Amino acid sequence: MNNIIKKFIPQILAILFVVLIFGFLTLNAQTNMDNRGIDFGFDFLSQESSFDVQFSLIEYSGSDSYSRAFLVGLLNTLLVSFISIIICTILGVIIGVARLSSNYLIKNSAAWYVEFFRNIPLLLQIFFWYYAALRALPMPEKANAWFGVTYMTVKGYYIPSMVWENLNVFLYCGLAAIISIIVLRNYASKLRDTQGKQIPVLLYSLALLIVLPLLSFLFGGVSLGFELPELKKLSKISYIYEGGISLPPELIALVLALSLYTSTFVAECVRAGIEGVSKGQKEAAASVGLTPNQVLKLVIMPQALRIIIPPTTNQYLNLTKNSSLAAAIAYPDLVLVFAGTALMQTGKAIEIVSITMLTYLTISLTIAAIMNWYNKKIEIKEK
Amino acid sequence: MFKIIKQLTSVVAMFAVLFAFSTETMAAKKSKTLENTKKRGFVRCGVSQGLPGFSNADESGNWTGIDVDVCRAVAAATLGDATKVKFTPLSAKERFTALTSGEIDILSRNTTWTLSRDADIGLTFVGVNFYDGQGFMVRKGSGIASTGEFKNGTSVCTNLGTTTELNMRDFFDSKGISYEPVVFEKADEVVAAYDAGRCDTYTTDKSGLAAQRTKLSAPDDHVVLPETISKEPLGPVVRQGDSVWEDIVRWSLNTMIEAEEYGVNSSNADMMKTSNNPAIKRLVGAEGELGAAFGLDNEWNLRIIKQVGNYGESYKRNIADTGILPDRGPNELWTKGGILYVPPAR
Repeated sequence: MNNIIKKFIPQILAILFVVLIFGFLTLNAQTNMDNRGIDFGFDFLSQESSFDVQFSLIEYSGSDSYSRAFLVGLLNTLLVSFISIIICTILGVIIGVARLSSNYLIKNSAAWYVEFFRNIPLLLQIFFWYYAALRALPMPEKANAWFGVTYMTVKGYYIPSMVWENLNVFLYCGLAAIISIIVLRNYASKLRDTQGKQIPVLLYSLALLIVLPLLSFLFGGVSLGFELPELKKLSKISYIYEGGISLPPELIALVLALSLYTSTFVAECVRAGIEGVSKGQKEAAASVGLTPNQVLKLVIMPQALRIIIPPTTNQYLNLTKNSSLAAAIAYPDLVLVFAGTALMQTGKAIEIVSITMLTYLTISLTIAAIMNWYNKKIEIKEK
Repeated sequence: MFKIIKQLTSVVAMFAVLFAFSTETMAAKKSKTLENTKKRGFVRCGVSQGLPGFSNADESGNWTGIDVDVCRAVAAATLGDATKVKFTPLSAKERFTALTSGEIDILSRNTTWTLSRDADIGLTFVGVNFYDGQGFMVRKGSGIASTGEFKNGTSVCTNLGTTTELNMRDFFDSKGISYEPVVFEKADEVVAAYDAGRCDTYTTDKSGLAAQRTKLSAPDDHVVLPETISKEPLGPVVRQGDSVWEDIVRWSLNTMIEAEEYGVNSSNADMMKTSNNPAIKRLVGAEGELGAAFGLDNEWNLRIIKQVGNYGESYKRNIADTGILPDRGPNELWTKGGILYVPPAR
């Protein structure tokens, strides 16, 4: 009995304490807001927002509601985080491996890259890419075509957009290709386990991935056209490209800054992971007759990944949270659109800041959950 | 990092609302804000982060501008010394939270008086110290002479969290023109981006355009279009719930305007005590008991005129002589063809 009391009393007290603090805060906020004539409530979310947003992945105009403006901001945040995570991962792996290279030049330039980008504050890097790089870019009418059809200008990067016919048939074919690759892989590993036969899975997979969608073009009635950006005159001296897709310079600057900055941390994670696998493993693998490729793929990487994944997850989370610096350069992310303009127009500071905080929390927890799942998948299976 | 600090301050401001004890029960003719201000010894005033003519700090940290003068007038009236003001520079985004959370007591930051701001978010507008309207600035070489010549795809630079964002949507929607809003948090960032050629036009209040134009690399290459697309009555704001404080700020501003109307200025105010006109005598505290209504002494208005000057002096010193807007336009007295008209102080 005594033990139970000793065990539970402190915990109950702690819970009570937390509940009381929250209760006090809520009550206090309530009375203070009442005194100042501020209403609390989320009704504003369904009201018309009456402001426009520069760049949106979904249809949006000023006559849509604040909740839709929230969605626009959220999607823009997810977009910039997603692109930056992919680029920083690719760059990070390359730089991380390069740091272990035996070539003096490669090894040292990789080390310099890491030290340089890691040690300059991110906000400065964002400002640099936006203002310095922006000023260096040509006006639309003076831009030279890159790859013949894309234009990098001070007003954005203009690329052709794709015009599909029967897109669904193409997508089904792609899906069919992915399913058959999964079946093939399972079959291949079964074959290896039971008969010891190896088949070139990668080659077959690539072939499937190319041939099936190609068939959809030949027989499925799928066709793909391109809409090219064309120069249009706005006034005597200002021009713009019309048609195609325009990537605003804010997005490009933000992606550049975020991915270059975070890639240095990912590179260090990768280096740590590979160096963390003991040398004996490599030598033992080589001595049983595995090729260098197989050694890397079957012995080193699976073990290195276990070390790489958890710290890299942290970097992905940091990147996503850092993307809120977007507001400094007018990229319409969640903070700028919702915690900025919407907050200003409605004055609902407590509601909007809480929603924004909860949203970032949800995004971060989701990324962490995905990475934890992946980590579980590749960790040592104790039998 | 400054972004994080900014976010921290807004969170702190939020918690200030959460924690502040709710002791603001108002007794008649007793202003808690006035009491606190007297105890503290200075007026807490929220201003812009630097808008020449309205609120701008020089190298040594001295604030000047017509918005600044409103706060100085309140300090002269309540504390007897126009210099006893603590200025807090605020971004458009932070300003209302700073006021409602009690960080500042007057917000005098070229803020547009609108219905939703007045009624919705715990604020009270006390008057108008500058009648403004939104306009557009373009490059001279573009040949654009009026807003009717904007074409689809025009990119527009502006500030976050202002009525500007709403007005330009109304404007472009009504004209059926598609546009690209590029929205920055700080005015300096807008100027830099417009200067770099990111945008075809820069839109904000016309007075703001005139002031920001001076910061461009080649101010003469830019021109403000003649059209005004909105009404922007700018004025000081106080927190809702302290009607005496609200009256003090309102009548401090009104005193400056009325003083100009009656020809009372900082140099002749003392002599006006012996004027034959009772209205003038009331204005300099030589007749009547006007200050008693706010719990102030009878020379509160004399001090405003002596230390800060009348509205005309303030305008000339801050806006006309600095070359921002030499022409007073609508901000002229009603007796001289403008729309400045204040209720009588009696």
